[in-house]
Amino acid sequence: MVNFVLRRLVLAALVSLTVLTLAFTLTRLSGDLAISIAGPSATQEDIELVRRSYGLDRPLLEQFFAWVSRAAVGDFGESFFFRARVSDLILERMPVTLTLGLVGLSIALVVSIPMGILAAVRENTWVDRVVQLIAMLGQAMPGFWIGLIMMIFFGLQLGWLPVSGTGSWEHYVMPGAVLAFSAIPALTRLTRSGMIQALGSDYIRTARAKGLSRFSILFKHALRNAALPVVSIASVQLGFMLGGSIVIESVFALHGVGFLAWESITKNDFPVVQAVVLVLAVIYVGLTLAADMLNALLDPRLRG
Amino acid sequence: MSLLEIRDLHVRFGATAAVRGADIVVERGETHCIVGESGCGKSVTSLAVMGLLAKGAQRRAGRMAFDGIDLQPMSERQLSRLRGDRMAMIFQEPMTSLNPAYTVGSQMAEVRTRHKGGSRRAALERAEELLAKVGITAPGLRLGQFPHQLSGGLRQRVMIAMALMNDPELLIADEPTTALDVTIQAQILRLLAQLQSELGLGLMLITHDLGVVARVATRVSVMYAGQVVESAPTAELFANPQHPYTRGLLDCLPVPGKLPPGSQLGTIPGMVPKLTEDFRGCGFRSRCGFAQPACENEIPLTGDNHLCRCVLAQ
Repeated sequence: MVNFVLRRLVLAALVSLTVLTLAFTLTRLSGDLAISIAGPSATQEDIELVRRSYGLDRPLLEQFFAWVSRAAVGDFGESFFFRARVSDLILERMPVTLTLGLVGLSIALVVSIPMGILAAVRENTWVDRVVQLIAMLGQAMPGFWIGLIMMIFFGLQLGWLPVSGTGSWEHYVMPGAVLAFSAIPALTRLTRSGMIQALGSDYIRTARAKGLSRFSILFKHALRNAALPVVSIASVQLGFMLGGSIVIESVFALHGVGFLAWESITKNDFPVVQAVVLVLAVIYVGLTLAADMLNALLDPRLRG
Repeated sequence: MSLLEIRDLHVRFGATAAVRGADIVVERGETHCIVGESGCGKSVTSLAVMGLLAKGAQRRAGRMAFDGIDLQPMSERQLSRLRGDRMAMIFQEPMTSLNPAYTVGSQMAEVRTRHKGGSRRAALERAEELLAKVGITAPGLRLGQFPHQLSGGLRQRVMIAMALMNDPELLIADEPTTALDVTIQAQILRLLAQLQSELGLGLMLITHDLGVVARVATRVSVMYAGQVVESAPTAELFANPQHPYTRGLLDCLPVPGKLPPGSQLGTIPGMVPKLTEDFRGCGFRSRCGFAQPACENEIPLTGDNHLCRCVLAQ
């Protein structure tokens, strides 16, 4: 187990380093940064000044190592546009994004796991068909559209939930539900197919031959084996929710990291873009690592 | 009262008749072997007794009783109180029959606490004793191991030990050695025979190996095409086979000293018929040298101690 954890940690570090390099390279590939920072009305001298003061005249490798060594201790420099430390900008917005992602994932799991189990237990009955129809509808409807419909219905017509902002927990319900919508189809289908496979297995026949209760057969013996792909995909989905919630954040005017990324991309604020990409990537790697660990806890065969 | 009494059992999967007349009686403390080739319905019969048939299977029987308790009207919940407690089963596939996610100890202990209550610790102690009893060395260590850390032979021993956790009166073993190496097969078989006599189990052993039957069985029932065609005490069946199929089977066995070297073993010509729901009469008639028009009617299983389902035996 210790070996397994160590191996996974080294892998995670390598992936993070690769992302770091990519984030740095991609921002450099998007044109001459000095020109875009200096602005359209800048003279040649202004541009040269910007280039020197930001260290953009140094060799690329030197710039890279300077950035990496500072990034390693959490110093991502200053934003050109916000006139603030990048780390502060991200830290300030991270809670919104994290809350949103966790609310979204929780709703998704609470809905899709019971639906998937139900569909598997009632395989090929109308219950199963209804569940699959719901999953298909969820996949077919774009998030921003569901968001707007929900705002009109629950926010304006019924007045149950606030339509924008981050003041209270109620603010997270609708955007969380919209994010959950995107994850529910895959999670439901995986739970369903995993449970169908598990319930048809020899060890479930053994469990029944042992006279175990229906509850124990379903939840102790079948679900634990069916959970592995669900855990893996749930972590990927959470990663999507954290990194890809730009649309939902703008629909519901939530100022999270996704919104920050979009703003800084449009303004060519490359220290922020680089840092956001890196932070989200590291979170993503961390989530995958957590999913692997959880799966190893669930299935002893993966601990080797 | 017999330990297990099955009369006129029928099982259908859609339009296919898997079992169409199985009569099997297992007495307390005897080893009753069910023999027959693949697809003859012997596994389905055992699964039907345990209530473990796949979804969509239709089962009906004249009588199906365990220790005088009628199994037919029982709900899944009522049946689950008997299974694993008074009647237990082991399977053909030791590699996949244990749950990969739980330790051997956990899987053994739960069947004890489920039926007999008591603490998990007491159940684990019993599990350790039984692992030792089925010939597993370092049983304490095995309790904490997972199935994937054990070989096929060890897993089948674990399955046997697990089946014995609650001192069952009936143990059904569905081809327990088929998936194992030949050397391991003999060990497992010896173990089963030894446990059976030691614990006084009623053992229903399903096999296609007549050698196994000769060594361990008290009584043999031969199944063909979904029916029990002959049932007799072991020595009687081998000495005096009545049904043409049984005779054909025994002719296929190489017997040292009886056959001159170089001569060919017997074979049974033809194929097993396709058993649709409207198939009537003897399933063996298309391959039988004694077939006659009467073979197309339903033929009852007749006889007292040596039962046979054949028009010639009427």
